[in-house]
Amino acid sequence: MQSDLSQPIQAMNVPVAQHQEVIDLRRRRRAGESLIHGFLFLSGVLSVFTTVGIVLVLLSQALAFFRRPEVSLFDFLTKTTWQPAIGEFGIFPLVNATLLTSFIAVIVALPLGLMIAIYLSEYASAPARRIIKPVLEMLAGVPTVVYGFFALTFVTAILRALLGSDRVEIFNVGSAGLVIGILILPLVASMSEDALHAVPGALREAAFGLGATRLETTLRIVLPAALSGISAAFIVAISRAVGETMIVAIAAGAGPRNFKSWADAVTGFKFLNPFTAAETMTGHMVRISGGDLSYDSIDYDSIFAIGLTLFVMTLALNIASRWAVRRFREEY
Amino acid sequence: MRDRVSQVPGYPDEKQFQGFIRRRRRRGAMWRTLFLIATSVGIVVLSALLLNILDDSFGYVAVKNEIEPAALLATYAPKRLPMERGGADYQILRELSRDVQVQILRDHLSQGLIRRLESEQPLDQRSQEELGDLIIERVVEPHFLASWSLFDSVFHRARIKAEVAEMDGASLRFYSWLNPKFVVSPQSSHPEFAGIRTAILGSLWVVAITILFSLPVGVAAAIYLEEYGQKGRLNDLIETNINNLAGVPSIIYGLLGLAIFVRALQPLTGGSLFGIGDATTNNGRTIISAGLTLGLLILPIIIINAREAIRAVPQGIRQASYGLGATRWQTVWHHVLPNAMPGILTGSILAISRAFGETAPLVVIGASAFIIRDPDGPFSKFTTMTIQIYQWTARPQAEFRHLAAAGIIVLLALLLGLNATAIWLRNRYQRSY
Amino acid sequence: MPDILTLPRPSAPSISANGERYAITAENLNVYYGAFQAVRDINLKIERQKITALIGPSGCGKSTVLRSFNRMNDLIPVARTEGRVMFHGKNIYDADVDPVEVRRRVGMVFQKPNPFPKSIYENVAWGARINGYRGDLDALVEQSLRQAALWDEVKDKLHQSGYSLSGGQQQRLCIARAIAVQPEIILMDEPASALDPIATLRIEELMRELRKEYTIIVVTHNMQQAARVSDYTAFFTVDEHRTGYLAEYGPTTELFTNPRQKITEDYITGRFG
Repeated sequence: MQSDLSQPIQAMNVPVAQHQEVIDLRRRRRAGESLIHGFLFLSGVLSVFTTVGIVLVLLSQALAFFRRPEVSLFDFLTKTTWQPAIGEFGIFPLVNATLLTSFIAVIVALPLGLMIAIYLSEYASAPARRIIKPVLEMLAGVPTVVYGFFALTFVTAILRALLGSDRVEIFNVGSAGLVIGILILPLVASMSEDALHAVPGALREAAFGLGATRLETTLRIVLPAALSGISAAFIVAISRAVGETMIVAIAAGAGPRNFKSWADAVTGFKFLNPFTAAETMTGHMVRISGGDLSYDSIDYDSIFAIGLTLFVMTLALNIASRWAVRRFREEY
Repeated sequence: MRDRVSQVPGYPDEKQFQGFIRRRRRRGAMWRTLFLIATSVGIVVLSALLLNILDDSFGYVAVKNEIEPAALLATYAPKRLPMERGGADYQILRELSRDVQVQILRDHLSQGLIRRLESEQPLDQRSQEELGDLIIERVVEPHFLASWSLFDSVFHRARIKAEVAEMDGASLRFYSWLNPKFVVSPQSSHPEFAGIRTAILGSLWVVAITILFSLPVGVAAAIYLEEYGQKGRLNDLIETNINNLAGVPSIIYGLLGLAIFVRALQPLTGGSLFGIGDATTNNGRTIISAGLTLGLLILPIIIINAREAIRAVPQGIRQASYGLGATRWQTVWHHVLPNAMPGILTGSILAISRAFGETAPLVVIGASAFIIRDPDGPFSKFTTMTIQIYQWTARPQAEFRHLAAAGIIVLLALLLGLNATAIWLRNRYQRSY
Repeated sequence: MPDILTLPRPSAPSISANGERYAITAENLNVYYGAFQAVRDINLKIERQKITALIGPSGCGKSTVLRSFNRMNDLIPVARTEGRVMFHGKNIYDADVDPVEVRRRVGMVFQKPNPFPKSIYENVAWGARINGYRGDLDALVEQSLRQAALWDEVKDKLHQSGYSLSGGQQQRLCIARAIAVQPEIILMDEPASALDPIATLRIEELMRELRKEYTIIVVTHNMQQAARVSDYTAFFTVDEHRTGYLAEYGPTTELFTNPRQKITEDYITGRFG
């Protein structure tokens, strides 16, 4: 019986087993895929290397700068004169000029840009917005050297005609600051408009439904709801103003505005005077490196110390921007 | 009929409310006007920017020639005396027969100069056009004694004419600083002959290197982050890092390029490792250094845009591909990339126009102040359009300011073309899934 | 107010000489979006302190009609309104009428709950404040939330975001927000369509409660809801140009049990729509 039974089973089994192909489902190595994966991964981490490179280069060269006998970190932070020729390295005049131009730019661009954004998003007709928005985006792409030309040949000329050429120097901080403001204006307007536009129409309808005017709806409902995006736009714009180079290199001045002492700087608010020349951090870096800079000169090392200061400032602004986006984000 | 609001304690009654709403309306109208004014101010200021450039690109110049073209013609081609003053008499010099042109040159130029010119290219082998230009440049030798903006030329014509009348031997011409010669001539220290060709070629070379480097690497990084990288700390780190890099001022990239590409990699970027170049370029301040620096600069922008384009490809397409047994890379290569390509290209073109417009990092890594010879490879010294505009702007003479304005128009036209291409691409390939 | 119009039905109940019976009336109302006519020749008299439901297939213009009662259509740039909407003896589309004035008196609750990204308290107080309310704001907020049957659920977290509430609670918050400015009429545009059945039930209970003080006009695509809560029902449908018109209007019980028009009967028995 047993053999009888086993026979047919075997007879059935054998042919089936022969027909069944052996399939291998194990993970297999694909050389090409791994190679590609490797290349993609390297490209991805290259950006990390870029950051590491920037930090390392700035730190090591700045360190070399501070190691020099004629330089001390304390003087760098506290002295009010930057005169490499006589070994004076106080960063204040450069930072002061950077902050002054940026401040003027921000005073011009933030309110004006926000108002343009509000007009485009809440008041303008759809066709007007369709035309003005791309124009703004295109203007944001105009090279900064063009704005520098505009500052020197137009704004400075106007300022001198209006306020007197004895009062306003050919190179002056005010003109550079105003034009940086004009440079970041499209950026502020365009980014803020995006933020306002992203506020759902349902919120506007709700406000209108309660009998709010367009202004009340705009200022008290839409604007607070868009605060996250608007604050990010503002900080990005400030960061652009601080790092802006060509406008100040062309129009702000070809030498630092030095002060004999802190008292001298404060007297008559000399450090705030927008009508005289001053060199910003970026402007100084461009002028110094414009010549054929020798690698073991103190000038070479000094621009990295200035660069590190600038990097830290803009990095702080970038981090602040991300913080602001999170802090003011409203869910709707 | 009394309405409910006035019956409720706390709300203003009907009469108060009328005044109240009028005040609100007034405030609304006031602010609306303010918003409109702000927008108009913005538009006016930005138009002023463009008008100012046009204003400086055209206008009267006071020209003084060493030898008047008319005098030359009277001697060498008496039958072709010019009928009118203006540009035409220069043009006639370009149309004279080549024998006459060579004769004029031999009569007026020193032996040494003739020898030098012959060694560059024999005179009889040069075209009429080239010989004519040589006569204008070397024999006629026009000098611009003064120049005026378009605005002055139109509105203060009488005053300008009076001024020019006082100048000895000067004649007044309306001159377009932006002209075909300007685009094809190399740099020169004479504003009369300076052109932007060297700078245009320099820009093209630099940006070509930038594209070769940053486009593949940027797209690869975007693919890695979107399709391969697992959600985790490394990905977060890379992402935060890219966003931070996009906010780093461009001059910092200049410092990076100076320390890495120009100084540390000098044998490579200077070309001495390959036995190319000479002492002037072996310092590493070359096109390849500039291109790589700008490549690092626009890399974050390309990655951010490419990621967005890749993310916009619907998940269903990937699932369909995996469902047919495709590997990850096959899915990316055959389905994700082709669908994301228009978006990637649009973003990349915008990044590339950013590279065209950069100045500061190039100054820092050492763009050449003055080169006449066209760049002939990645290991040449370089200048770019923006550098050229910057240097012309920084010169005190008004003539160079006009040249800067003309250069800006060429640069803006190029950028406008790039932007238009990007928009066209976006519209042409916009897909509806 | 002399009544010059008759309802489109032959057996309309006689209208008392007292114009106060109607909260708001549409007379020969036509609304266009650009070249497209959305609704035509609407004549509709809304009874005071009753719930009127607007029903009909989608695209029949019932929301358009609802929004024309407080000029919300003004916010759509291409929208154009002809005819009259009479409110307190005044056509709200007259040139000298301020839409802001109208909307204060004719409040609105939207399809999807849309609280402001502010605290619960601020959501309710905001409308009162911009409308010049000088009384006790806390009391007004509490009273409005109580009326909207939300007070007990939120009294301990008035300063949390309006978005911390569930969908149904958010919609009741929006109703409280509308009540706080003390309108006469509340327009509701499918107020329960985004909610689950239990939350829907609560909204319906709330509507019946509010009828004691307010006139309510509600758009719904849910016939059972219309039958459950409304006193009057207006049935809209579309013609061959996809333009909406009012097909039948009457007391809800009558319209649902004994429709006069074939098309109404087809719709409520589910034969189309």
